[in-house]
Amino acid sequence: MALHTEPFILNIGPVHPSTHGVFRIRATLDGEVIVDIEPVFGYLHRGVEKLAEQRTYTGIIPLTDRMDYITSMSNNLAYVLAVEKLAKVKVPERAEYIRVIMAEMQRICNHLVAAGAFINDCGAFFTPFLYMFREREKLMDLFEMVSGQRLTYNYMRVGGVSQDLPAEFLPALRKFLKEMPAHIAEYERLINDNEIFLARSRMIGILPKELAINCGISGPVARASGVKWDLRKADPYGIYDRFEFDIPTGTVGDANDRYTVRIAEMKQSLRIIEQAVEKIPAGPVISDVPKVLHPPVGEAYGHLEGPKGELGFYLVSDGGIAPYRFHVRPPSLINLTALRQMLIGWKIQDAITIFGSIDITMGEVDR
Amino acid sequence: MEIERPHIYPDIAIDRAEGKVINDLKIASQPIIPDPDKWLDSELEKNMFLTTVDAVINWSRRSSLWPAICFPACCAFEFIATNGPRFDLSRFGMEILRASPRQADLMITAGTLTWKMAPNVRRIYDQMPEPKWVIAMGACAISGGTFASASYATVPGYNHIIPVDVYVPGCPPRPEGLIYGIQMLQQKIAKRSLADKA
Amino acid sequence: MTVALAGKDIGPQIEKALPGSVLESAPGYVMLKPEFLVQAATFLKNDPAMAFDYLNFVTAVDYYDYFEAVYQVTSMTHNHTLMFKTRCYNRVDPVIPSIINVWQGADFQEREVYDLLGVYFEGHPNMKRIFLWEGFEGHPLRKDYL
Repeated sequence: MALHTEPFILNIGPVHPSTHGVFRIRATLDGEVIVDIEPVFGYLHRGVEKLAEQRTYTGIIPLTDRMDYITSMSNNLAYVLAVEKLAKVKVPERAEYIRVIMAEMQRICNHLVAAGAFINDCGAFFTPFLYMFREREKLMDLFEMVSGQRLTYNYMRVGGVSQDLPAEFLPALRKFLKEMPAHIAEYERLINDNEIFLARSRMIGILPKELAINCGISGPVARASGVKWDLRKADPYGIYDRFEFDIPTGTVGDANDRYTVRIAEMKQSLRIIEQAVEKIPAGPVISDVPKVLHPPVGEAYGHLEGPKGELGFYLVSDGGIAPYRFHVRPPSLINLTALRQMLIGWKIQDAITIFGSIDITMGEVDR
Repeated sequence: MEIERPHIYPDIAIDRAEGKVINDLKIASQPIIPDPDKWLDSELEKNMFLTTVDAVINWSRRSSLWPAICFPACCAFEFIATNGPRFDLSRFGMEILRASPRQADLMITAGTLTWKMAPNVRRIYDQMPEPKWVIAMGACAISGGTFASASYATVPGYNHIIPVDVYVPGCPPRPEGLIYGIQMLQQKIAKRSLADKA
Repeated sequence: MTVALAGKDIGPQIEKALPGSVLESAPGYVMLKPEFLVQAATFLKNDPAMAFDYLNFVTAVDYYDYFEAVYQVTSMTHNHTLMFKTRCYNRVDPVIPSIINVWQGADFQEREVYDLLGVYFEGHPNMKRIFLWEGFEGHPLRKDYL
């Protein structure tokens, strides 16, 4: 006697402990296997693109902080790069070194949260996550020394950075650089060969290389699938061409590869910060830019390699004090383009793990 | 090479029903919901008798508040940091972050509320059993914050949707600020009496 | 270093492959006619000298008389990039063909343009609002909204 079954629609989210913010998936299930999904966004759509048309170019910087709130320095830097391209502003040397240090520290911060949240989704309920938060607190202390804020820094300005590093920053950063490799080794010893972690993340959610390129996926997700593309090497912005570092890539493109790529990127970031700390010159930190900027009429697209992928800002200026059009190229939203193809055929538990390994922030998806 | 792209079936009917719920809530939520337990003024304090039963129950309620999960935006990370190793929330009895609102009695609203999310927050609030409290964390929760001027999508403050007890300002508030807000809430709970129903 | 290709060089090449498709070849971008958009996109992706396999972004701008859709593509093999645009002069019911079958990355971005600006992309299998709810009136990013 055959059993009669029919698929049913289950709602995952928007309030769920593992969905990295308010994200909702309407999944059509056949038993426990996912047959079809439809992602629903917009629960955090705050209208940043419309708000930006009413603020001056410098006044938009706090708004860019709050889009991807875990990587505020990178957001600020990408926006400021776009405005500098539009207005053709030069940046002094010391400011360039400070920007590199801040961006790489932010990359470490983000990967700590990403790896921690991914392991959280795999089932290690909060323990490795809180270990990584211990390191993140030290980084947040360093950021607070520089900008006065723990989470949304508002530090970069058009033509440089807003204030110089205080005297106690560089010794504290050196101390952090000495201690951090031991902590990363601790995470690897704790997690990398854990049977449960391997069973839950190996060969799960494979993203093929051609699909990744066609969908416009960038960042650690694409590099884990074998796409060797990093904007710091392919299109160096600032002074990244003066530093030596490698680009870790994965082979298979499963969730385990994405985790491994992020841990390896943290080590490379430490390498870049060490080189920058040795060579940083003295000098001014901001060039002479008027308080209210009037860029010439035109358009510009400035992008950088953010911790989640290619973060870009497309600005159209009509010569006034506010941009005519402000558009963000959100890596988190575009990395979700292939979500449907990555999730169909897996069970719900794997769906949560796969979604966690892509590492998105809803503030950036919805803006 | 050919990329296989399966067809997506849009669920327009579900979307329309949900959209109608959101529009109705938006029209109905214009006034601010007042504070459920009014703060006791000094005259009332002189005339109030707190029995021993009240004292014990209030002590146990305020020392083991369990937060419900409502983490839209950036303040969520300050809340998680408050839960973390440095500013430890479990010394206040609050380390349990239950996913189910039926087992929670405190809702810390950490993030901007949008009209699309509002019916869900209201539903989570309704699912929490009495007695329950709400802390509005951050500038976006108090008044819409820096996003209030493009208010086609932002609710100007959580108190249009649910009644709020304590407001913690900041963008995002420091963990010490959030802990101070929790302590204010604990003082408020200490003054309750079993005789008054919310 | 990624080379930003000049529209002045690429425009004539596209014109040679698809006659009548290019409206303007400015230094920063190539302006295409909407009817030829999908064919030009396929040509840009498949031609071995261009090989634009990665779509950076899709967006649209509201100039008061027309809507302008902006696309930026990059080639990972040759490491060059190009921006191309197309215009739609209809304010009430703008329609532009969708390039989702060429680059799948345009999926959510075209839905976002429809949601916030009202430009309908023809050929997209799931064209509905993405950030705002069904039943929301108007398109917020238009210049004449509120």
